[in-house]
Amino acid sequence: MRYEAPRRLEDAVSLLAGQDGAHVLAGGTDLLVKLRSEMIEPEMIVDIKRIEGMREIAAEDGGWRIGAAVSGAEMGEHAGLVADWPGVVEAAGLIGSTQIQGRATLAGNLCNASPAADSVPAMVAAGARVRIAGPNGMRDMDVIDVPQGPGKTALERGEFIAFVWLPARGEHSSDAYLRFIPRTEMDIAVVGCGISLSLDDGDRVTAARVSLGAVGPKVMLVEEAAEAITRRVLDEAALSDLAAACSAAATPIDDKRGTIDFRKHVAGVLARRAAVIAAKRAKGETA
Amino acid sequence: MSQLHVTTKINGDETEFLCEAEDTLLDVLRDRLGLTGTKEGCGTGDCGACSVAVDGRLVCSCLMLGAEAEGRDIATIEGMATGDQLHPLQQKFIEMAALQCGICTPGILVAAQSLLERNPDPSEEEVRYWLAGNLCRCTGYDKIIRAVMETAADMRRAS
Ligand SMILES: Cc1cc2nc3c(=O)[nH]c(=O)nc-3n(C[C@H](O)[C@H](O)[C@H](O)COP(=O)(O)OP(=O)(O)OC[C@H]3O[C@@H](n4cnc5c(N)ncnc54)[C@H](O)[C@@H]3O)c2cc1C
Ligand code: FES
Ligand code: FES
Repeated sequence: MRYEAPRRLEDAVSLLAGQDGAHVLAGGTDLLVKLRSEMIEPEMIVDIKRIEGMREIAAEDGGWRIGAAVSGAEMGEHAGLVADWPGVVEAAGLIGSTQIQGRATLAGNLCNASPAADSVPAMVAAGARVRIAGPNGMRDMDVIDVPQGPGKTALERGEFIAFVWLPARGEHSSDAYLRFIPRTEMDIAVVGCGISLSLDDGDRVTAARVSLGAVGPKVMLVEEAAEAITRRVLDEAALSDLAAACSAAATPIDDKRGTIDFRKHVAGVLARRAAVIAAKRAKGETA
Repeated sequence: MSQLHVTTKINGDETEFLCEAEDTLLDVLRDRLGLTGTKEGCGTGDCGACSVAVDGRLVCSCLMLGAEAEGRDIATIEGMATGDQLHPLQQKFIEMAALQCGICTPGILVAAQSLLERNPDPSEEEVRYWLAGNLCRCTGYDKIIRAVMETAADMRRAS
């Protein structure tokens, strides 16, 4: 196995394009586990952390550009990002322990393509996009289009994500992410739910995006759930409709960590709670 | 395959080593540099026994390649005491018997030090969450948490 740590984007692309079995290394919290357990046997590892700009969080087009090597811990320490997208930051902050936080990245969480990845529903709710570097230059993609199923992504040979972009955050808008795990820390989501919404002066929802993780082969954007609360105040009736839409949309599996019925129910409960948190934040209250 | 030549700083000392591309930082510390204070509990990021700080950031050395250490500043348990003078956390762990077999202890000390550097006055809840990635099979955690809280209080009084 070769280890390469290029400093230029183009060099990373040619290394990845020119070698079968070349794997991108960001925080390594998935890749190293797979390497050590011989689930993968890479010919080459391309460490992207030394490429210029990869470790930066920068303002771009009113939103935020998060380099593919920025860790969850670094995101949590960035006041501007936390103010605009607290749900995305809290979702990334749920990944693993303090030690894992020191290394784990958004793009790594996305490209590992686990159906239960915590930051992915939050990014989908936020309408996040990724910029992909590859042999034919750069292209952009919505986060929701990256995972293609467990362990599979839409990236082609030689391509990797250079950064994640979170859009501009309007007035009276915020987001939240909640997951259910059987323990209080260090576990894999049984259900995850991300919600991003905007309110008008009368606390009526003007726009919403609702996503679910871990209840299907890949993350889902639940348009019926967003529709259920749009143009409404988040009263009990609206929240019940939101929960029902999420429970109906979830297509979970049955296993020892939760039955189908339980997971569908939890999807609704989390959506309801996340909506309340996002709305509080949108009003400038702490939640 | 030729070995990689890596130059790094470990506990303040300029250090060079040769390693294979697949060697983890934990392998390098223990097997190539003889710094066996850092322990391997699981090798999969779950137990925290291998905790070190890289450029001031707490990480699992079992989930980092040795090659990634090039140009970085690494702090291990061996750098915690100053000569014969134990770090207050180390002293308190002994006084309060916050360890039994000791396998988890270096990782917990490194992790706790990293917490107190950032937050000199953590709540018990903050200590418990910060150390959630450090497993201990022996103590039941209570003494560990109390030792960290007391050390924090002592260090605040001393400063
Ligand atoms: C103890 C432990 C606890 C964990 N807990 C959680 C949890 O609670 N929730 C959760 O969602 N995950 C969890 N994880 C999984 C993991 O930490 C996350 O998925 C993390 O976000 C991966 O990011 P990374 O930067 O470490 O990725 P890496 O391991 O570096 O990469 C992951 C995969 O993505 C590819 N990749 C990485 N970056 C890019 C890029 N920029 N472009 C293209 N491909 C790329 C790699 O080749 C690899 O296949 C845990 C892992 C451990 C070890
Ligand atoms: S040995 Fe690294 S976390 Fe267990
Ligand atoms: S003292 Fe034995 S594992 Fe903690």
